[in-house]
Order: sequence, then structure tokens, then C-alpha cells
Amino acid sequence: MNIVVCVKQTPDTAATVTVEDGKISWGDAPLVLNPWDEFAVEEALRLKEAHGGEVTAISLGPEDAKEALKQSLAMGCENAILVSDPSFAGLDSLQVSKVLAAAIEKVGEVDLVFFGRSSVDTDSGITGSQVARRLGWPALSLVAVINSLDPESKRLEVERMLDETRQQVAASFPAVISVVKEINEPRYPSFMGIRKASKAEIPIWSAAELGLEGDLESALTWPDVYAIPKVETECEFIEGETPEEIAAKLVDRLIEEKVV
Amino acid sequence: MTNKVLVYVDHFKGEALPASWEAIGAARKIAESLGSGVTAVIIGQDVQPLATQAIEYGADDAVVAENPALADFRPEPYADVLSKAAAEADVLLLPTSGRTRELAAMVAVDLETGMAPDVIEIEVDGGLVLATRPIYAGKLLSKVVIKERKPQILTTRSRAFPKPEPDASRSGEITNLEFEVGDVPTEVLGYKEAAGGVSLTDAAVIVSGGRGVSNNPSLTPPDEITDEKDQEIWRAQQGFGLVGDLVGVLNAAMGASRAAVDAGYIPYANQVGQTGKVVSPDLYIANGISGAIQHLAGMRTSKTIVAVNKDPEAPIFRLARFGVVGDLFDVVPALTAAFKERLGK
Ligand SMILES: Cc1cc2nc3c(=O)[nH]c(=O)nc-3n(C[C@H](O)[C@H](O)[C@H](O)COP(=O)(O)OP(=O)(O)OC[C@H]3O[C@@H](n4cnc5c(N)ncnc54)[C@H](O)[C@@H]3O)c2cc1C
Ligand SMILES: Nc1ncnc2c1ncn2[C@@H]1O[C@H](COP(=O)(O)O)[C@@H](O)[C@H]1O
Repeated sequence: MNIVVCVKQTPDTAATVTVEDGKISWGDAPLVLNPWDEFAVEEALRLKEAHGGEVTAISLGPEDAKEALKQSLAMGCENAILVSDPSFAGLDSLQVSKVLAAAIEKVGEVDLVFFGRSSVDTDSGITGSQVARRLGWPALSLVAVINSLDPESKRLEVERMLDETRQQVAASFPAVISVVKEINEPRYPSFMGIRKASKAEIPIWSAAELGLEGDLESALTWPDVYAIPKVETECEFIEGETPEEIAAKLVDRLIEEKVV
Repeated sequence: MTNKVLVYVDHFKGEALPASWEAIGAARKIAESLGSGVTAVIIGQDVQPLATQAIEYGADDAVVAENPALADFRPEPYADVLSKAAAEADVLLLPTSGRTRELAAMVAVDLETGMAPDVIEIEVDGGLVLATRPIYAGKLLSKVVIKERKPQILTTRSRAFPKPEPDASRSGEITNLEFEVGDVPTEVLGYKEAAGGVSLTDAAVIVSGGRGVSNNPSLTPPDEITDEKDQEIWRAQQGFGLVGDLVGVLNAAMGASRAAVDAGYIPYANQVGQTGKVVSPDLYIANGISGAIQHLAGMRTSKTIVAVNKDPEAPIFRLARFGVVGDLFDVVPALTAAFKERLGK
């Protein structure tokens, strides 16, 4: 099996994010592998371990954005590719999906491509579906479990999370899969893995190498970004001698304030 | 098709999401600024009734695409149809759901245009939609504009826009879209049993439980439960039982923190937060939840927050409008009784 996993480098979710003059900053907080993508890497590795083959991690980002790829290598991916070009800066997902689809085609003979549910910085959750559409491959999104997979017949059955329930779906490869966190428990990189990753030479593919020169213009513009206005809520503590008294007072207050 | 503003009516097996009607309300405002009307687009099988409903909720007319191959939602054939319907539109709105995020994303590729998911505010400025959407787990807000491309595709977050009052006297033309269904690359084998009850994202009231729901040392598990972990889960079940009674009285949905989900007290479907559902009910009652930043990411836009917690220093109180410092095993049943009495149930 030839498996690709698309990973993004994002700020740690615990970072304090601030905005100054329209620029987003996360201070000294480290950049990490997008937490949702850990599940995608893990699932790709499990399939490889069960059925043989290789896993290639691909990330689009600036040149110094290799941490996500190193983390993927340390977890056990065979290859990593950084897709990077000055013209890729600030692209929206319409264009990111075009670049990633081109990179996947350049890898060639890919069976499955894994994505995370969404990026924790932009909270969009759309790139995987867009890449599937561009490649013309089935999109198996928000997959919570892969029930079966047969490399011979190239058929797989999965369960997708809908908002209401799970939908059981069958498709054949090549296919695009995005995963949710129910699917597995991502492994920690091994000591050996980390050592190997730290020495790895990660190749860089540019716009020219992907045949995408002068071809990329975002559809979206972001005229403003700002921190959510601080709501000054003064908590009104409800006190009383007994739980019953407290409960009665609280319900009275909620009715007074027309909450219920 | 005449109208420049389209709304896709999202539904599960023929039942529309309330957020679909909210999207029609939002679309009306945009349409007024653009001097256009609103067309509802409905895709599926046996979905004609949704067209009538959409018009009652404010659409001027509706386009219906029905085919047996569309009985189950699959993004590919649905996107084929929607891209065809929306090719000439200025604006396409969809209510945010797992389905529409994907559907909108694919239509954006087909029509080479932009798409902004999970929008919470909309203005119209010089013929362009200026949308606001949360990023960084709701810590920041970003304005988004789709320039020079059509249609501008946006999905609207549940409960961020008011739901219009339906008006049964409204009428409008309902047309059937001409289309063909090509090969669909996936086959739907079935569904897991759907969880009943009020959906978290649509709920006006949510009552949640956290790790605290298992913390009642005075409860003695039955003798046959000897494993410590099983005893903890048994205690949590008693705690969530009490939370469930309050859910029942308030016709609410049940929420949970990740700690409660990870400990196996309650399914992931109930998780609220950065890695769970994002909700914004009128009333959110947090019981035994400390208020970690990742939990707040999922519920901070609730109109009124009530917190019940033993610890007066719990961070949840900094966001809460009303707080009770106490043991949820005492407070929650008392609240259930008090609501029952006052609401006459
Ligand atoms: C990447 C990432 C993503 C995450 N995503 C989410 C998410 O989506 N949602 C989420 O909720 N969390 C999420 N978390 C976890 C989050 O950081 C917290 O660990 C979690 O929210 C804590 O849950 P809790 O408040 O129930 O438990 P705790 O923090 O343990 O709090 C329990 C509270 O209950 C109180 N208590 C105990 N007993 C009683 C009693 N008898 N009566 C009343 N009060 C009592 C205690 O005082 C305490 O405040 C995420 C974390 C990470 C790192
Ligand atoms: N720059 C990128 N490079 C590689 N993969 C990406 C990139 N951006 C997004 N992805 C993938 O697409 C998924 C969804 O991202 P998004 O649509 O940005 O929320 C992520 O979980 C990643 O798997």
C-alpha cells in the first residue's frame, strides 16, 4: 500500500494567542503537528503495519515548517516531503487543495490519502474534501473506524460520523480519508524514531516542480482579525442554608432574567 | 433560476436541520441588500415537503432535485447537483453540519470560488458579503470576504442567526431541477442506530456534566462491581442520572467535558469543546466541570452560563453568570425539583 498523509504545522492549542496590528501571534509557544493530524498519521501507520507498504507525510508550509514532518517521521512514516514556495504563503484552502493534489499526483500510484478533521488554527475542516474533489477520488470524511480493507480488491468499508449518527460506507481505492479522534490512540514517537527524524533530509518541492507557477490566487481575503471581545461577567453566587433554598433562589433569578 | 441568493436546505433523511431555516433568515437579509430574492435548493429523495417548508420560512421559491440515488447523502452526487444549481448565483448559504462543510467545499472546487465555513455574523458591503468566523478554537474572530469570484459560499453556524417565524400563507414556485446522476463512487451500507433526544448543536438549553459527576464517595456500588474503575463508572452513572433528570425537566440536551468522555462515563457524541461540539444555547448549566480553556472553546458563546462546582476557585465561575459553590449530588436534584415546581411539570 502506498499511503500519503497530509499534515499541517500549527501552534500548540494551549498557546495564548494574541493579535497585534492584525497580526496573529502565539508568543514563544512551540509549533506542533496539528493535533487532529496525529490521528491521521497513526491510522496510516496502522494500515501499513497490517498490509505492508510505505507512508509519506506531506506538508505545505514555509521552509522552517518542518517540525510537523519530523514528528510524522518520528512516529514511523518512511518519507516526508515539504511543499514550499514563496507563492504559497497565505493561500486559502481552494489553492492549498490544488497544491496538495498536485503533490499527491507527483508522488504517484497512491492508494490512500489521509487527512485530519481540521486545522486547529483556521478551524476549517475542508481541505481533505477539496483534495478529493480535485483528484476525482471518493471522499470518506470524518471516519471513526475502518471496518475492513482489502488491498487485493482495493475495497474498504468505513464508518463516517454524521451529526446524527454513523453512516457505514464502502468505496474502492484510490480514496481520500479524513479521520476523527475516535479512530485510534496516536502513538508517541520512539527514541529511535526521534533520532532518525532529527537526521532526516526532507526534500522540498516548489511550485515549479509541481507545475503550478503563477497559477495560484486565493479566493478569500481576510480584512480583519481580532481577539474576541472580553465579556465582563460578574458571577452572581447563589447562597443559602440548604440545596433546596439555593435551587429555589437560582430558579427565581433565571426566571427574573427571562433565561427560562 | 432567477434569484442570486441560494440556500441549501440540509436535512437528514428528509428532516431539515433547524439551522437550515436560520440560514434562510440570514439569506433574506443578504438578498434585501442585493435587491434579489432567495431560492431554496433541496436535494434528496421524497424531499418535496421541504420545499414548501422553506418557502414558509422565507424563501421566495425552491428548486428540488430528486433521484433514488440521492436517498442517502453522499458528497459527490450532491455536489454535482448543487454546483449545477449554484453556477449562476452570487451567494450560496448552507447551514453548518458535517455534510455541508464537505458539500460546500466541493462546490467551491467545482466553481473555483471561495468558501468560508461556520460563519457567525454577516454584513453586506458594496455587493460583497463580509462574514465573521471564529478561528483558533474561538479565541479570535476573523473577517472573511470572497472577492471577485462567484458564488460566495458560506456555511452559517447553528443558532448564530435567528430562526424566522414560519408563515403558512407564503407561496412560491417549486421547480424540479433537470439533472443526471453519474457514477457514485461510494455505497452506503447502513447506519448505526441514531441517538435520540435533542441535538446538542440545536439545543436551547444544555445541561453538562464533567469529571465531578463520579465524585460521590458516599455512594456504595453493588457488591458484584469490584473493579475500581467499574466502581467509578457506576458512580458516574448515578451522577449522570441526576444530570439526566434535569435535562428531562428542561427539555434540554446533555453535554459533557472531555474528561468525562475519556473516563468512559458518557459517549463522545456528548462532548462539548474544542475537540467536541461547539454549542451556543440560551442556557448552559455546567456541573462538576472545572472550565478548562478547551471546554470553554465549545460553549463560551452560550447566552447564560450557570456553574455548579465544589471549588469556589474553579475557572468556570469566571465565565458564569450564576454560580453555586456546592456538591452537585445535592444541588442538581434540588434544581430539578425547583424547575419542576416553577415550570409546572
Ligand atoms: C488538545 C486538547 C483538546 C481538548 N479538547 C477538549 C474538549 O473538546 N472538551 C473538553 O471538555 N475538554 C477538552 N480538553 C481537556 C481539558 O483540558 C480538560 O482536561 C477537561 O475539560 C477537564 O474536564 P472536567 O472539567 O470535567 O474535569 P476536571 O478539570 O477534573 O474538573 C472537575 C471539576 O469538578 C469539580 N467537582 C468534583 N466533584 C464535584 C462534586 N461532587 N460536585 C461539584 N463539583 C465537583 C471539581 O472542583 C473540578 O472543578 C482538551 C485538552 C487538550 C490538550
Ligand atoms: N498546509 C497543509 N499541508 C498539509 N496538509 C494540510 C495543510 N492544511 C491542511 N491540511 C490537511 O487538511 C486537514 C484539514 O485542514 P483544514 O481544511 O485547513 O481545516 C488537516 O487536518 C490536514 O490533514
